[in-house]
Amino acid sequence: MNYVSETIGLAIGTFLVLLAAAYAHDGLFAAHMWVLFFVLLLSTVVLLRKASFAPQRFAVRPPAKSEYFDEVVKYGTIATVFWGVVGFLVGVVVALQLAFPDLNIEPWFNFGRLRPLHTSAVVFAFGGNALIATSFYVVQRTCRARLFGGNLGWYVFWGYQLFIVMAATGYLLGITQGREYAEPEWYVDLFLTVVWVAYLAVFLGTILNRKEPHIYVANWFYLAFIVTIAMLHVVNNLAVPVSFLGVKSYSAFSGVQDALTQWWYGHNAVGFFLTAGFLGMMYYFVPKQVNRPVYSYRLSIIHFWALIFLYIWAGPHHLHYTALPDWAQTLGMVFSIMLWMPSWGGMINGLMTLSGAWDKIRTDPIVRMMIIAIAFYGMSTFEGPMMSIKAVNSLSHYTDWTIGHVHSGALGWVGMISFGAVYYMTPKLWNRERLYSLDLVNWHFWLATLGIVVYAAVMWVAGVQQGLMWREYDNQGFLVYSFAETVAAMFPYYLLRAVGGAMYLAGGLIMAFNVTMTILGYQRDERVRGGASPAALQPAE
Amino acid sequence: MEFYTAMRHFADSWGLLAMTLFFLGVLVFTLRPGAKASADEAARIPLKED
Repeated sequence: MNYVSETIGLAIGTFLVLLAAAYAHDGLFAAHMWVLFFVLLLSTVVLLRKASFAPQRFAVRPPAKSEYFDEVVKYGTIATVFWGVVGFLVGVVVALQLAFPDLNIEPWFNFGRLRPLHTSAVVFAFGGNALIATSFYVVQRTCRARLFGGNLGWYVFWGYQLFIVMAATGYLLGITQGREYAEPEWYVDLFLTVVWVAYLAVFLGTILNRKEPHIYVANWFYLAFIVTIAMLHVVNNLAVPVSFLGVKSYSAFSGVQDALTQWWYGHNAVGFFLTAGFLGMMYYFVPKQVNRPVYSYRLSIIHFWALIFLYIWAGPHHLHYTALPDWAQTLGMVFSIMLWMPSWGGMINGLMTLSGAWDKIRTDPIVRMMIIAIAFYGMSTFEGPMMSIKAVNSLSHYTDWTIGHVHSGALGWVGMISFGAVYYMTPKLWNRERLYSLDLVNWHFWLATLGIVVYAAVMWVAGVQQGLMWREYDNQGFLVYSFAETVAAMFPYYLLRAVGGAMYLAGGLIMAFNVTMTILGYQRDERVRGGASPAALQPAE
Repeated sequence: MEFYTAMRHFADSWGLLAMTLFFLGVLVFTLRPGAKASADEAARIPLKED
């Protein structure tokens, strides 16, 4: 029989969760445990149905050690596309809720609960699955070794999906510890820690088993992402639960230390989750798609070390003009500005990988997608340090400018490089000659790019206007605008933002369709782009 | 000395020095003469196979 220990473990876990639901300290914990119970019960049934009682020699042949473990990457690719569409959809919904407050449906679907659902869905569900899938894909191919740990790879994948489900249902139920991008409560955090350690074991084990003497730079970035996220997650979520069968916990830190710990975490979630991990993606998939090595390998190494040495100190810029000591605010600002150099070094390195093959931007929509991603990486890493300067921050802080900045980074850089990686991997993983349609990739590219441009431009205007309205005094020294007036003034911008987001969502749906058709084995009849030159072309005399 | 103060002093003296030296070491090692050949070889790792 196969999956013996996994099935028994799941069954015992399901029973324990039932007990937790029965003895719950509060109603929310009971409700959350019921959700977990049904998810685990379903998983147990699925696993039981997969059980095969055939003797070992008739059972499915165990894969040879030399073969790549790509089944889990396939699942990860599908999960990336799925969660991407879900996350963008929730984003459009919350954007519309800001424009039309009547769309807040109490209590489960109001803005306060849907907003963390949106951020976690795009960052952790879409981005996280993209990172797990591509890191497993890249590490095997650059180490020329099968993924370490056998079924541990499956545990990482399914464990991570369970974390997403628990986080998402928790938000809707109203379970939160109120830490931005770290909203799940203590028991979900503990579970994610276990999954993450397994992820580290799988990744590091594969690197240790490598047949390639050198560790390729993409793996350094992925490893930095995994290790740093483990550290950030554990420290930021240090908390004492009120009851072992209840949702509520209290942070180990208090006051401004707590705030700084949170933003040390929060900014490095950006630096190591949304930057380092996706740079790993860039350093593998861009060279593969254009079929030439990275522009300067030595620059990529300096990029790596400079980035990880500087990023970790930049968090305090989220706490300008607060109770945080002034020296710490200045430190955060200075390190943010220093980040310009490695960020732009990396951007130039990525872009220049195309040198000598610039025509591919015109002929290959996937390359175009990757290049716009790197361009947005450059733009948002220029904008970020600029906003961390205290004088600029006094205008931009707490306004929608920040939200615009985040989205040019998240939609432009993280989203686009992930789409590029998905489009690259899908035909390879399912052994198809090419994607279902490159024209649809082109549609996706333009819808997404124009969507981001609308979004970011509108949020700049909204943010600057908001900031200026908040600080405007009359000659008597009174504030000119009440807060409600500044909210009302945002209506047209909020509406346009929803339009930009809807365009991005439409692009995501096109990707989902394209990837599905590729997996099912269809090919759309299309003219070949730029490949063969027309037969009538005559050499110059 | 109070724990916080001790950590603070360590961070802006020996800790800072150690990190700076490590980083400078990385720069020197990466840019040393002769590193280019091995770097160019490493850059080709993704292109070796599908």
